[in-house]
Amino acid sequence: MKPVVTGFSPSRRALLAVAAGVIGELAVGFRLSGDTAVAQTAGAPTFQPNGVVRIDRGGVVTLISPYAEMGQGALMSVAMLVAEELEIEPSDVRIEHAIGDNARYVSPLLGEQITGGSLSLRGAWKPMRQAGAAARVMLVEAAAHTWSVPAAACHAEAGHVLHPASGRRVAYGALVEVASTLEVPQDPPLKTGTLRVVGKALARIDSPSKVDGSAIFGIDVRLPGLRYASVMACPVFGGSLRRVDHAPALAVRGVRQVVELPNAIAVVADHTGAARKGLAALKPEWSDGANASLDTAALVSTCDTALETQGLIAETKGEPARAMGGAKATYEAVFRLPMLAHAALEPLSCTAHVRPGSCEIWAGSQAPGRARNEVALALGLSAEAVRVNNLLIGGGFGRRLQSEWITQAALIARQVDGPVKVTWSREEDMRQSSYRFHNHSRVKVGLDDRGMPASWDHRIVGPAVMAWFLPGYFRNGIDLDVTGGAYGPYVLPSLSVDFVRNDPPSGLLVGNWRGVGDTRNGFIVESVIDELAHRAGRDPVDYRRALLEPGSRILAVLDRAAMEGGWGNALPRNSGRGVAILSAFGSHIALVSQVDMDEQGRIRVPRMTCVVDCGRAVNPSIVRQQIEGGIIFGLSAALFGKITVRDGQVEQSNFHDYPVVRMNESPAIEVIIMDSVEEPGGVGEPGTAVVAPAVLNAIRSITGKRLLSLPLDPTMVQPA
Amino acid sequence: MLIQVNGTKREADVDPDTPLLWVLRDVFGLTGTKFGCGIAMCGACTVHVGGQPRRACVTPVGDIGEQPIVTIEALSGSATGQALQKAWLSTDVVQCGYCQSGQLMQAAALLDAKPAPDDADIDAAMSGNICRCGTYGRIRAAIKQAAVDLPPSAKAP
Ligand code: FES
Ligand code: FES
Repeated sequence: MKPVVTGFSPSRRALLAVAAGVIGELAVGFRLSGDTAVAQTAGAPTFQPNGVVRIDRGGVVTLISPYAEMGQGALMSVAMLVAEELEIEPSDVRIEHAIGDNARYVSPLLGEQITGGSLSLRGAWKPMRQAGAAARVMLVEAAAHTWSVPAAACHAEAGHVLHPASGRRVAYGALVEVASTLEVPQDPPLKTGTLRVVGKALARIDSPSKVDGSAIFGIDVRLPGLRYASVMACPVFGGSLRRVDHAPALAVRGVRQVVELPNAIAVVADHTGAARKGLAALKPEWSDGANASLDTAALVSTCDTALETQGLIAETKGEPARAMGGAKATYEAVFRLPMLAHAALEPLSCTAHVRPGSCEIWAGSQAPGRARNEVALALGLSAEAVRVNNLLIGGGFGRRLQSEWITQAALIARQVDGPVKVTWSREEDMRQSSYRFHNHSRVKVGLDDRGMPASWDHRIVGPAVMAWFLPGYFRNGIDLDVTGGAYGPYVLPSLSVDFVRNDPPSGLLVGNWRGVGDTRNGFIVESVIDELAHRAGRDPVDYRRALLEPGSRILAVLDRAAMEGGWGNALPRNSGRGVAILSAFGSHIALVSQVDMDEQGRIRVPRMTCVVDCGRAVNPSIVRQQIEGGIIFGLSAALFGKITVRDGQVEQSNFHDYPVVRMNESPAIEVIIMDSVEEPGGVGEPGTAVVAPAVLNAIRSITGKRLLSLPLDPTMVQPA
Repeated sequence: MLIQVNGTKREADVDPDTPLLWVLRDVFGLTGTKFGCGIAMCGACTVHVGGQPRRACVTPVGDIGEQPIVTIEALSGSATGQALQKAWLSTDVVQCGYCQSGQLMQAAALLDAKPAPDDADIDAAMSGNICRCGTYGRIRAAIKQAAVDLPPSAKAP
């Protein structure tokens, strides 16, 4: 028997799709290895037909999730899909995170071991069920073989294989050895008809450990001999450390060591409290470098200048120039979106242990395979010499797609004897994020005599994050994430979308932020369409209806949201409703938001009604959670979110100057899920994308005033 | 320094100005209490000191003296704590879960002081606890559920 642990390979089609930048619906292929699948460990055989399922002799089923749990319910969803086909209950499985390994654990939709883009469930939908089905088929065959009966006469049920004709029944654990010798089926049959687990609002298996304090997040790792470090990088982007006197830190009780990196200092101590105190005592001298005088005004004006440049054409339809020339009237607006930090509640923290020739990492990462490769590169090791253990994440939102903080911990650990846990302060987390960068747009619409768009011209100025982050989504100089959704789900007679690349100054890290391109373009498109409706003297819901494909899923979602959200019902003076819709991530969503305003123009968002068609809802309770959470996240950004730069440094530092929505500001949210048996769509991000336009559209309905920048500027809001 | 945590006296060899948070997490290994901001702005580190909710990140361990400390690891030791944990599970509150230790400790202090809180009470007590995953609506519902479930004998007078 050959000791192999087989795993995921993306289908050629999926890889091609990634290469071509196709994010839409895919029938994701999944190839289980044709090898006889056995994971033989020290004389205790376990049955492991693929990278996901492991069953030991005692019958304990362990699932290895390639997807990271960061609140979105990935572990539960994987457990449900595998359990469905393996004929067990999700609550019966043990589930662990896969280690970082891009070869073994590939997201079929991203071509790498990445958790993001609301793609986990979409990528997992078929492969995870097939992983469970393959194991089930082999267990049934093993039992049939043992009993010398045809496999077709046996079936699996509740963790056992049954042979009804003879009344025999055997537990999975007893079949492990025989099953391990069998061929892994290439295309195991998936259940059809009524599903037993999928579609049920089952309680999440990760919840119990999260209400009693026993869950271990990345920041909670404990190891024998562990030291604790606090770190500070040069506050000016791209700057470096000139010199620092170690003595003040070393004088603090419990401090062991000061570690210098080219651009940062770390204090290593017996506990984080001493490390933080030691770090605060240091007076490092920095070389600020090229960004020393960088500020937000300059970043904004660079975007504005770029807006005057013709960009690369991302998409056209019809004859936009002619249609614009023949328009009865035009509407034009410039939108400005700020920099944003993720501000997940768990600050970045990574534990690293560097030994001669190897390194072990413990962290919560959205891209652990990439982290492994980057650490290997930084330390001059082979990837095989680096092990990345992935842990629970206390909120990802895109920040943990980057790995520079993991590499930093490894470089610190290289100078420390034994394992060291590096925990960023909130201030460090806020000032050294992988920010969502400035994004400006100009939309010019040519209108026909009924006020409907005849031509749509959208120029977008933004960074090309995909050029280096996922080159498959960067084509012919165009970042497909930035330009996606540039005219929403609307059917327009002619249009043109162009992209002007505007990367940040070197040293300023930008990246992905919950909702990615759709959060930016969703705001812009839904603001423009809403404004056009008002200008045409039409109801914003009716106006949208006229521009949507009859019979489409998005139209059904809009209609339902208008009904459930009380659209058109009377409201008190200085209250209004706004609507916004989005088709993205394989889902369709509509949000109706109420806004109340007092005489001073202070606003309150009392309630929101959200309708989502996300295809088949694998776990409706998780879908609701994700939509609710996405809405609150988007509301924080719409009302408060703004990172500003002065003298090359981020001005915000903590939750007092980067406020987020709290309990007293949190609206009542009703989520309605449309019945559907379509392929599951993503639900982690669409909720975020529709909030700002729905709220600002509601404000427009109260004040008559269109706000074009985020976050909401309270000085611009006065009751009519 | 000797402090009493979850019913046990424990020794920590640290400066008295060390925030209780790091003593709990790093010295005693009670990692259920979380670090979120370090300046009493997020509530992730909430524990009970002498029966009152306190932010462990700004509570010097030297100030605690004889007052008993209760952390999330011992929340189930009270009827209130059990009712809250049960309600948290039946309401599917938890997403990433990182804030929930602090939310539960804060909610327990609320119910001990006010066994039948209304929305305004919940806003007043809970608005210091940030949840970036946006579980506020469910936390509100779960607190009300727990208030209903609590046996009258367990309720504070
Ligand atoms: S960590 Fe103590 S309140 Fe935020
Ligand atoms: S559940 Fe993630 S921060 Fe509250």
